[in-house]
Amino acid sequence: MTNLQELSISTEAAENVRRIISQYPADKKKSALLPVLHIVQNETEGWLTINTMDNVAKLLEITPIEVYEVATFYSMYHIEPVGKHVIEVCQTGPCMICGSEKLVHYLEKKLGILVGQTTPDGMFTLKTVECLGACGYAPMFQIGETYYENLTEEKVDQILDSLLSATSSNI
Amino acid sequence: MARKLLLELADIPQIQNIDTYISHGGYRSLEKALKKMTPDEITEEVKKSGLRGRGGAGFSTGLKWSFLDKSTDKPRYLLCNADESEPGTFKDRYLMEKLPHLLIEGMILSSYALGSNTSYIYIRGEYMFVLRKLEKAIQEAYSKGFLGKNILNSGFDLDLYVHPGAGAYICGEETALIESLEGKRGNPRIKPPFPAVSGLWGCPTIVNNVESIAAVVPIINDGGDEYAKIGLGKSTGTKLISASGNIQKPGVYEIDMGITVEEFIYSDEYCGGMKDGLELKACVPGGSSVPILPRHLLFRESNGDSRRMTYESLSEGGFTSGSMLGSGGFIVYDEKQCIVRNTWNFARFYHHESCGQCSPCREGTGWMERILHNIENGRGTEDDIQLLWQVQKNIEGNTICPLGDAAAWPVAAAIRHFRHEFEYHVKYPERVFDADHTYQPEIQQTYSLTT
Repeated sequence: MTNLQELSISTEAAENVRRIISQYPADKKKSALLPVLHIVQNETEGWLTINTMDNVAKLLEITPIEVYEVATFYSMYHIEPVGKHVIEVCQTGPCMICGSEKLVHYLEKKLGILVGQTTPDGMFTLKTVECLGACGYAPMFQIGETYYENLTEEKVDQILDSLLSATSSNI
Repeated sequence: MARKLLLELADIPQIQNIDTYISHGGYRSLEKALKKMTPDEITEEVKKSGLRGRGGAGFSTGLKWSFLDKSTDKPRYLLCNADESEPGTFKDRYLMEKLPHLLIEGMILSSYALGSNTSYIYIRGEYMFVLRKLEKAIQEAYSKGFLGKNILNSGFDLDLYVHPGAGAYICGEETALIESLEGKRGNPRIKPPFPAVSGLWGCPTIVNNVESIAAVVPIINDGGDEYAKIGLGKSTGTKLISASGNIQKPGVYEIDMGITVEEFIYSDEYCGGMKDGLELKACVPGGSSVPILPRHLLFRESNGDSRRMTYESLSEGGFTSGSMLGSGGFIVYDEKQCIVRNTWNFARFYHHESCGQCSPCREGTGWMERILHNIENGRGTEDDIQLLWQVQKNIEGNTICPLGDAAAWPVAAAIRHFRHEFEYHVKYPERVFDADHTYQPEIQQTYSLTT
């Protein structure tokens, strides 16, 4: 695991990477690619640079293209910079008939950006995504690992305010 | 009140904690299975139960297990498919969040039956918060000696891991799931060989849905024959239904197979009827891939009998007048919903989720999305409806995996049953510019149901 330090991730994350790799046969390290990319992305401002992906390739003893093709195939990996909080609004059928389009418009207006954009202060990126498996609790969005469900405009205000105040109190 | 085989303990406080789970009878199946039964006897019980795959295809779980190639020296693998992504479906998430130990118990029984000493739960990446709960529960199970070496002194070893995906619907297809677990893009493989012969890392592999694996626990506790007594005909046992859309009480319900569709929608025990006093217009009973049914076909089979929540009853009439139970993703639409808009929404979903391997799916899903977008926004023509029909027909059956069919069926069914709404959009474009538009039934219907 000599390449682990090149990833510049926290000790805890490195420990997680080691644990993940041990879950697969020694000659099948490539299998750890998806979970390792999740951990690394969390540690690198929410997106994957070419350099990071090359280091992951070395770590798992595969070629860089094998990492790039996976990073570009799966929608949860970002290969462009994103805001501190990525708001992912579910827009698929059951959410749509329960108000996801209005939710998106409300967020666009509130944040002053369109879907796909990031606020100038780098705080929020707004995305629409396909079914998140929360159809009975629509409309909803995901921020990081948290699902926010049965959303109303008031709830959205509270969620965004609390994320903003949590960030400012950390400074 | 219907009996609950899977969700019986779901609302007990702290049931995610292994001691609470054990104190309510959890893990008792292990003593019986690992010490008193052979692996083949477990498979035999599962066969007797009549359990059919709960992921959507409805194939006999016991039969699938019996295809596992046991003639080689290669290791065998059990993979749990927790990549739940079919729009309208959220039951596996509910089960795993509420009862992580039920899934683990089922994984131990099933791994023992199949001779898998390393098993993986492949969970969709967005469910990372569920993965954390599962990993905690797995640690607890190791500490009690239910996982690891020589479980309960039976001589059986099992390591169990959770593997996250990263946002690709296609990885719910079993060979795409295997590719993804191998660290690759989720491109489905050509079958044969089937995973039971050559799956994960070229080894014999069985892939089962979360709910199917959890159902093995009551099957072993009570016996396959007891399980088979519940339900109707070849639809045995209980089924988790994810109910969503314009109903009073969306959520996950465990039903006895065989209750009527009408009871499921209108009973207070389940959906509690329609929301806001509106009428029911249509229903997608088994996840976005299955044909949508208008009200008049939803409650009755073609012979006039009540339509029931079973594999057979929901598909009665074929695609002319029936649908499918699928994954149990039950989406209900009220009279205000626009069927064209919903169909466009689903077409966009499949276009987004197509892996891109097969041209009919990669190109066809994009064509369908664009044609539907035009019709929905008042820019479609009569010819577009015909073109849409042709495109979906050219996708169906012409792809490596069922995603192509899954994309084509909802479009075909929408045109078949709601052609008047498509014609309305084409004839009165100015009435559909507003996203909130609804179909105005006073417009004459000029279509026939022959498509």
